[in-house]
Amino acid sequence: MAAVAEFDSVGLRYGTGAEVLRDLDFRLRTGSFYFLTGASGAGKTSLLKLLYLAQRPTRGRIKLFGEELSEAPREALPPFRRRIGVVFQDFRLIRHLSAFDNVALPLRVSGAKDEDVEGPVREMLAWVGLADRASARPPTLSGGEQQRVAIARAVINRPELLVADEPTGNVDAEMASRLMGLFTALNRLGTTVVVATHDVGLISATAGAQLIRLENGTLVDPTGSLRNPPRPPKRRA
Amino acid sequence: MFDWLFVAPAERRLLASSGRRAPTPWVIAIMTFSIMLIAATGLALANTAGVLSRAIESRYALEVPGGGANLNALVGAVRSSPGVTSAEAVSESQMRQTLKKWLGPEADSAELPVPALIHFDADAGADLTAIQGRAQAIASGARIVAHRDSVSPLLHSLTLLQAVAFGLVLLLSAAAAAAVVLAARGSLDTHRFTIEVMHGIGATDIQVAHLFQRKIAIDAFIGSITGGVAAALVLALLAGGAAFVGELTGGASLGLKDIVVLALLPFALTGLATWVARAAVLKALREAL
Repeated sequence: MAAVAEFDSVGLRYGTGAEVLRDLDFRLRTGSFYFLTGASGAGKTSLLKLLYLAQRPTRGRIKLFGEELSEAPREALPPFRRRIGVVFQDFRLIRHLSAFDNVALPLRVSGAKDEDVEGPVREMLAWVGLADRASARPPTLSGGEQQRVAIARAVINRPELLVADEPTGNVDAEMASRLMGLFTALNRLGTTVVVATHDVGLISATAGAQLIRLENGTLVDPTGSLRNPPRPPKRRA
Repeated sequence: MFDWLFVAPAERRLLASSGRRAPTPWVIAIMTFSIMLIAATGLALANTAGVLSRAIESRYALEVPGGGANLNALVGAVRSSPGVTSAEAVSESQMRQTLKKWLGPEADSAELPVPALIHFDADAGADLTAIQGRAQAIASGARIVAHRDSVSPLLHSLTLLQAVAFGLVLLLSAAAAAAVVLAARGSLDTHRFTIEVMHGIGATDIQVAHLFQRKIAIDAFIGSITGGVAAALVLALLAGGAAFVGELTGGASLGLKDIVVLALLPFALTGLATWVARAAVLKALREAL
């Protein structure tokens, strides 16, 4: 069974501190939808950092897209990072660039020409309800608007793996539902989605999603379904 | 090869500008200005040494103690010697006239022993011992002194000054490179967040380095051209004085080849700054994940 990510006895510590993640053993099946939950400080953001290649594990092995990347040279990482969309908890928008340029960044980094950037970016901004804010810079946008720009930037490249850290934390219920609809639509197209959230309502409203629960840096997986994920139910096209 | 210089406006916007240029162009302008003046001095010294060396290579003086009562006979003997191409007498009275500039009326004192001189040029193969022998047959105390022996300390000093000028050019170039490294590191710190975001979405080190390389190349170009133009103006102002010095030293000044070398220096410095910036940025980026 194809797995987009495989963690094998993974541990992570920052500097000389205690391990913030311990003995993580799991697989994320390609095309699935996962919610990552756990109390504050449980290690959710650290686990996501490992997933989007912002951090290397201090022990164990991580395979992404079938490639062992725990000790891969840094020159080998950019092509894998381009296959991952990330929605950061703090948005990480570049303040001096317009919303349009922020969303266009992944396309430009991938080498897209200006004429191939304009259409998809305008379309994506319209989808997240910011068509009229394309030239606005992040400091002039509200928290919710910034979050939507961050989400648009994460999905513009149609990533194979989408990683989102509290993506609906700053938007109202209607926009949260709409954004989850976007994530679900991407998931139907084959993108594996991992969303870290505390929002129980969001989890219960997403049919077919699996739960990854972290407690004190370890994975709580009493059913073993993350280690040996079951075949997903057939989806309607 | 130079595609990094011609990036789209969107990429240029990635490194925000506060509207005021950093001090890098000014530092490079000052360095270029200094380097060009020092290099010009070094080249002029080299030319002076060359001209002087060539001029005195075959030049000798026959010193005749006691004023040389038989000066005309001595000149005739020297001029007719094999290998001698020209000879010119400087009489005792002419010598005293010259010495008056330094000694005043004392130069006319009979107690001051002033020799007569015969300057002559001789081919490389001329037999100087034979010439001296012929002269001593007329005036027993006559002796030949080679000009290159007298001027040798001066030529040595000129060579040393050239080496000092070359060393200063290298030192200032190294200082300019160090300033560029500091500027590159400062720029990396300023734009650390943008770099992290770019890395996060899959930008390579080369893509990031190109942005900084282009910014610093432009700063270096502006600085080195400004410094180069200022140095050219100063050199042009000094040209009158240099021509005067050139006349004194037998026409030594900056030739066309020297001017081409000096004109290429700002471009060489721009290239050096760009290369150093690229290396510094890539090294700093390698320290990230």
